[in-house]
Amino acid sequence: MIVIWEGIKQALYSLRANPLRSLLTTLGIVIGITTVIAITSVIEGLNISFAEELATMGSNVLYVQKWAWVDKEWYKYRHYRNLGMLEYNAIAKIASDAQFISPMYRTVKDIKHGNKKAEFVMVAGVNEQYKDIRAAYPAAGRFLVKYEVEGGRPVCVLGSEVAESLFGQENPLGKNVLIDSTHFRVVGVLEKKGKFFDMNLDTVVLVPFGAFERAFGARHRSLTIVLLVPDQETIPKVENEIRAVMRRVRKVPFGKEDDFAINRVDVFKQLYEKLTGGLYATMFGVGAISLIVGGIGIMNIMLVSVTERTREIGIRKALGATNRIVLFQFLVEAVTLSAVGGIIGVVLGLLVAQLIAKVSPVPAAVRYWSVLLGLGFSSAVGILFGLWPARSAALKDPIEALRYE
Amino acid sequence: MLIRCRNLTKIYYTGKIQVPALIEIDLDVKQGEFVAIMGPSGSGKSTMMNILGCLDTPTYGIYELDGIQIQSRTEEELARIRNRKIGFVFQTFNLLPRASALANVELPLIYAGITAEERHQKAMEALGSVSLVDRAHHKPNELSGGERQRVAVARALVTGPSLVLADEPTGNLDSKTSNEIMSLLAKLHEAGNTILVITHEQDIAKYAHRVVHLRDGKIESDAMRSVS
Repeated sequence: MIVIWEGIKQALYSLRANPLRSLLTTLGIVIGITTVIAITSVIEGLNISFAEELATMGSNVLYVQKWAWVDKEWYKYRHYRNLGMLEYNAIAKIASDAQFISPMYRTVKDIKHGNKKAEFVMVAGVNEQYKDIRAAYPAAGRFLVKYEVEGGRPVCVLGSEVAESLFGQENPLGKNVLIDSTHFRVVGVLEKKGKFFDMNLDTVVLVPFGAFERAFGARHRSLTIVLLVPDQETIPKVENEIRAVMRRVRKVPFGKEDDFAINRVDVFKQLYEKLTGGLYATMFGVGAISLIVGGIGIMNIMLVSVTERTREIGIRKALGATNRIVLFQFLVEAVTLSAVGGIIGVVLGLLVAQLIAKVSPVPAAVRYWSVLLGLGFSSAVGILFGLWPARSAALKDPIEALRYE
Repeated sequence: MLIRCRNLTKIYYTGKIQVPALIEIDLDVKQGEFVAIMGPSGSGKSTMMNILGCLDTPTYGIYELDGIQIQSRTEEELARIRNRKIGFVFQTFNLLPRASALANVELPLIYAGITAEERHQKAMEALGSVSLVDRAHHKPNELSGGERQRVAVARALVTGPSLVLADEPTGNLDSKTSNEIMSLLAKLHEAGNTILVITHEQDIAKYAHRVVHLRDGKIESDAMRSVS
């Protein structure tokens, strides 16, 4: 026990006696641990904000569209025909497993109320089932109802941010908003959600599908068909059914590629996993290289230290220190050095993560295990690279060592 | 018998040449003796000191310390024997430069696995026996040569060893301080300690009750003398 304390004291003494030398020695460890902590914090931050939001988006929602959300060969979609009610009706008829289904047109408009204006707002024409598909529940008023959709009535449901910017403290229910030249009566305001790409429900205005067609036209627009499937297991089955019926309706010849896409939030999940996988790989690479360099630095300085203190080793051995005790002492010293580097690295890493969170949209979340990971890694490096110098100290002949000048 | 050497021989092999440093030494030292081992350089004094101090083992022959066979012990065992049985005093003091006098004296007790409280108490007692209690928290570079060697003596005594082994203890000291240190050793001898001094100085040897002369690896003479 006392030997551990002696080793730590000696290491701290060396740190104080040669601050520059020690700093340079631990630099590799510092960089390595900083990288590990900063990147794990950022990834953890992403996990919280991004992945959880992804989950609330509902991975059971299918979007049948002309475009695939994630595809490098985006140019081939240009020649595909738009989707329309023909496809919607065909899918609605066969997709018996889908709990809810809605057609959807989308456009971006400025919205006015009195002298207030909300610019570039996503306006979507949907049916009453869209509420359950996207969990778009009203915080005030109600969602669109069936007869409004069937009659194409000029009513609308506002996203929470839109409602706030147009009405402020005023109650929007029953008031009219002006989109292009059509007045829409507000029947509901949606609960506040969170952002998620362009499907942010806070900044959207939902109107009955028929009203959308009448006000903004349906020509040159490609329809999106939105379905909610009860669980993950039925997704492949529903997807297959949709593919079959879509190919038939769109007369895609046998052997040709689909000229449409079935999108799911899961593609973002895959994209996200790819991204974080890349980050982890970077972290691992940079971290590993720095830790090896740092370890060699520690080994180097420990070898110097062992040589400088040859006589001390002789004294200790003459007074009864066994080889094992001497080995242990120098090992503890190496671990202390690298652990100090690790602590500095953890602190810097946390600062870097905070900095990234401040200046970029990427969030950061500190996990206590990442701190332990950093300290564990740096200590392991200390043991690994301290072993050889410590062994050379332990094996010194006491007579030779005592004579060393 | 504290020390019993029979046929003690040490041969160094340097390349193809064999260099005999000690040749078939027979030596007995009783508990409580004050022995000086003398001889010119190259006589085998240092080898003798290393073997008697359990820092080295003989090539052949028997060395018994306090009833323990020393030859053919492992390094770990030798370290433990040194810790319990032997107190070293070196020519160059060999104190740890960065540790206080007290910490230096405590060092052998650390390796003996003694608790902090007891260590402190024993170390202070040892420093008291060399009249250095007031210097306990000084670093070696804050002490005079004589004081440093007294710290080293305290360190040698602190474990209550069977044998205090002093290798040219006054080699780095002026004659006045040398006499102080030797008087201290003589006092410790009177208190019952067994002391073995290795030296080439006649003045130092005269403090001992018995002088063993070495020459060319053999005992040339071994005589009791009355102390003046």
